[in-house]
Amino acid sequence: MPQYANIAVSILFDGLAYAMFLFITSVGLSVTMGLMNFVNLAHGAFAMIGGYVVVSLTRSYGVGFVPSLIIAAVLVALISVRFERRLYRRFYRATDLEQVLLTIGLAFMAIATFTYFYGPIPKSVPLPDWLQGSVNLGFRSFPAYRVFMIAVGAALIAVLWYGFERTNVGAMVRAAVDNRRMAESIGINVDRLFTLTFALGSGLAALGGGLAIQLLGLNPNFALLYLVLFLIVVAVGGLGSLKGTLLAALVLGIIDTGGKYLLADAGGFFIYAVTVIVLLLKPAGFYGRE
Amino acid sequence: MRILRWLGLTALALAVGGTAQAASVKVGVVLPFSGANADLGHQIDKAFDLYVKLHAKDIAPNKVEIIKRDEGPPTGAVAKRVTTELITNDKVQLVTGFVFSPSAIALAPVITQAKVPMVIANAGTAWITNLSPYIVRLSFSMWDPAYPMGGYAYNKIGCKTAAVAYTDFPPGKDSIEAFETGYKKAGGKVTLTIPMGSPVQVPDFTPFLQRVKDAHPDCLYAFVPSGAHATGIMKAYGELGLRKAGIKLIGPMDLIPDNKLQDMGDAAIGTIVMGHYAVDLDSPANKKFKEEWHKAYGADSYPDFMSAAGWDTMHAIFDTINKLHGNLSDGMKVVDAMKGWSAVGPRGPVKIDPATRDIVQNEHVMEVYRKPDGKLGERILDTVKDVKDECKVLKIGRCGK
Amino acid sequence: MAASEKSRELAATGARERAAGYLVGRHRFRPAEALPWLLAIAAFFLFPDRMTFGNQALIMVMFALSLDLILGYAGIVSLGHAAFFGVGAYTVGLLIARLDWSEPLSSLLAAAMLSGLIGFVTGWFILRYRGLTVIMLTLATAIMLQEAGNLRSDISGGYDGLPGLVISPLFGIFDYDLYGHVNYLYVLGVLAVIFYMVRRIVYSPFGQALTGIRENVRRMHAIGSPVHRRLVTVYTISAAIAGVAGALFTQTNAYVTLTVFDFDNSAKVMVMLILGGTGRLYGAFIGAVVYMMLEDHLSKLSPTFWQFGIGLLLILAVLFAPRGLLGLVEEISRKSWRRGRAGAARRLIWKGEHWTVLAGSAVDGAAIGFIVGFAANFGQAHLLSEYIASLPGRALAFTCFGALVATAINAIYLAFTSRAAAEDRGS
Repeated sequence: MPQYANIAVSILFDGLAYAMFLFITSVGLSVTMGLMNFVNLAHGAFAMIGGYVVVSLTRSYGVGFVPSLIIAAVLVALISVRFERRLYRRFYRATDLEQVLLTIGLAFMAIATFTYFYGPIPKSVPLPDWLQGSVNLGFRSFPAYRVFMIAVGAALIAVLWYGFERTNVGAMVRAAVDNRRMAESIGINVDRLFTLTFALGSGLAALGGGLAIQLLGLNPNFALLYLVLFLIVVAVGGLGSLKGTLLAALVLGIIDTGGKYLLADAGGFFIYAVTVIVLLLKPAGFYGRE
Repeated sequence: MRILRWLGLTALALAVGGTAQAASVKVGVVLPFSGANADLGHQIDKAFDLYVKLHAKDIAPNKVEIIKRDEGPPTGAVAKRVTTELITNDKVQLVTGFVFSPSAIALAPVITQAKVPMVIANAGTAWITNLSPYIVRLSFSMWDPAYPMGGYAYNKIGCKTAAVAYTDFPPGKDSIEAFETGYKKAGGKVTLTIPMGSPVQVPDFTPFLQRVKDAHPDCLYAFVPSGAHATGIMKAYGELGLRKAGIKLIGPMDLIPDNKLQDMGDAAIGTIVMGHYAVDLDSPANKKFKEEWHKAYGADSYPDFMSAAGWDTMHAIFDTINKLHGNLSDGMKVVDAMKGWSAVGPRGPVKIDPATRDIVQNEHVMEVYRKPDGKLGERILDTVKDVKDECKVLKIGRCGK
Repeated sequence: MAASEKSRELAATGARERAAGYLVGRHRFRPAEALPWLLAIAAFFLFPDRMTFGNQALIMVMFALSLDLILGYAGIVSLGHAAFFGVGAYTVGLLIARLDWSEPLSSLLAAAMLSGLIGFVTGWFILRYRGLTVIMLTLATAIMLQEAGNLRSDISGGYDGLPGLVISPLFGIFDYDLYGHVNYLYVLGVLAVIFYMVRRIVYSPFGQALTGIRENVRRMHAIGSPVHRRLVTVYTISAAIAGVAGALFTQTNAYVTLTVFDFDNSAKVMVMLILGGTGRLYGAFIGAVVYMMLEDHLSKLSPTFWQFGIGLLLILAVLFAPRGLLGLVEEISRKSWRRGRAGAARRLIWKGEHWTVLAGSAVDGAAIGFIVGFAANFGQAHLLSEYIASLPGRALAFTCFGALVATAINAIYLAFTSRAAAEDRGS
């Protein structure tokens, strides 16, 4: 294979795997902000907690990696419901600034708590053999773990798309994002809908956190370290839009990877440059409502 | 204003004089206890605590009083604030710790003005010791492992061409500059130089290493901070199959910190690093050190090169207290007492070069292998004796000032 | 009919007069306003050894004040204000390191001008938008400046920064000392000048127009107010002030690194300001000082665990002082709090509707206590079953403690809010 084609394939493939991580972790944040206008800066904390659940399960209890991911997602979704019911619910009508203060406070507390119990040393997870080697796709071999990430991402996209576009609940969510008052007046229980999507979003964040351990390592500061990245994906994609979040994750993931590969000196620059350009041209993001 | 300052200094002198009589030495410890790099601080802090616990009787009837402060993020600002207050408010007679170079750099004018010695237990930017006559360094200069690695890589490992990749901040730049200096001197050729993002966020290393793979050099010399970055780059290296492609991974010991080595898995096997400490270093002093460490912190906890430097740092401080009979009020005398200090620590024989106030130590070439018990370990391939900071010998850049 | 009309007219005139009187009286200097300044001067004499802390606190006050101008008065939410702080900091740093220009006051002016200029240019583009778009664009500005700095680390010194910056003596007379005494008075003096300017701006017609934009941008458009121009103007002023704060930071630290542009820096100053109370001028003082004192104190108490305390403070602040600490003080001083809230607290326990909430929070607290206890026991009991077997020892204690704390916090919260809710319903 010629050199440039090889490079292009590398960038596309790595970028795709990275984009899947971005998408899985950010989609919940996008829906929360779109549906309830709630700024949840503790979203990264849920991802971090998910990661630690996976670490504990695989290391201390000998549960397999894939079952651990599922358990982590379910567990964090359940925990997040309690948080939503008890704490977040009180602040839906509050100003953005109060929400920022509340959720940043939560993130701080989560970081300190997990530092206390797990220590600050980065953790890793033992992977099953079939995720460690590389997969030969005929013309080239790829790292198995990244293939796995892309597969998980693709499956989730299919499920989410079906849930959003083809089911009753999905239609209600879309209606509520578009016009909350109208949706309420025709009898949709937006509160309960929100609890549901919030739990789903947090569960997905936990899944993303678990998947990211292998990619980025895990320490308690994960809760805030990648928050800016998630916010960028949400803003570029457009609030509450599944399609937009996916497109944003793909564009940013691939451009970031390409930038690092081709122009390592200015590596960090690209993702922000793209953000600025997109937002200046389309202030509400790719698929946001103006 | 001058009156106030005069009053303040009188107060300081009185306080210092007072504590000297009580023979209790106040030592300020400044390490990152929170934030993304907290584990580095804890590795050194554990060594400090352990040494104080085991050797408190050695300095009797004198005592040390340790005051710990959070170094904060690698900005220098928090470290400067807490250390200045340790000096002005808590009246410490000596400050130690300092994981991040910016902290030491920011503080150099402060300790010069206050005449309080600063004993560095980690910060490795080469030229730091030139900034103040009150700085003594017990840890290492970035050049210590990197410079001899250059020659060794070309002559012994067989790296005719090499790619260098580094985390884009001063220690990284220092490390590759030192490596390239030694490597080019030996005849090697650097074909690719890749900066890999900031030390704050662990990046996805794959694109960087993919580029190395496509360029196909004999070796990849990598410098990353020894926290989450090290685990990250090792994973990417394994995933992309660089070793199978014939690209050897070499670097300073930051690449395989002892407390994370077991998590790195098969990818790490065969990695060759230059460093002054490894858990598996076979010496009576290290054996004793390890035993005490495991006894205090459990079998799962490992010391690393930072802990070893931390141990020696406290050792030097204790010896100085004895030498000066507990009177550390004159900063210059403390520094003078430390010049030429030598001991056999976990790292082996170490001494402080009286001319530069920097450490002189042995550097070992170490290879990662799987031990018979299934754990990963490091075996010593070769040893370079009495390594000095070559940057200051060659007077490169700020090192010459 | 006529009588009621007349009385209505009278009432209207009265209201107008009252309103006018209020607006005129608002910008008069109140005795209470002297308090923070007196405290700052008192601190100088009471804590001569803590001036390095004092310096950094005053600089953060100034930084928060600059943010208050755009956030509190014009409603522009920025998560990238560190951009201007950083530009100011580097202006001074580069002037000394590259041009040997170390005179402090003129370099402050240069920092203000340069960061103001950058504020003007970026603001001109950014301020056409609202909400999340503005947040992300400001954030990206700061990080791109940081990346640019790292790209040209031959100029900026990169993350190692510009070390050993020696500032010329102030006015050519006062030299800087280890204890930071001169620095403190210098920063306090600059802060006083800046504060006077900000106060004038806020109470000017221009400031009133900004508040109008914050409250209802459409109406301001409708009455022909040049919204964009005003926003850009205030953004430029705010950027210049942030630049001065950054410049002072470099001067008093004699050192600057690229980390001044960090997202953390932007987020922290915003948290400080919200904590103190936005749109209140002195909110910046209270927020920055309280936050930094707590951070300083907690990190001495527990260098590893202090973030927990900060987080708890923020959450409690949102629960009990939603308009910031200064808002809480105002409420208490108006006495409505004592009558309303305390009475509500007494009645609360007997109100049936709250029982379910309290019981629910007790269950949640118990669960959290149980989990925390399990985690804390991790050394002794590796498996959940072992931990449960330790009931009714530590497990029970943790569970009960968790339930108690959660119930107490919720009870107090309900006491706080039920009166406010009743007021809402009444009006």
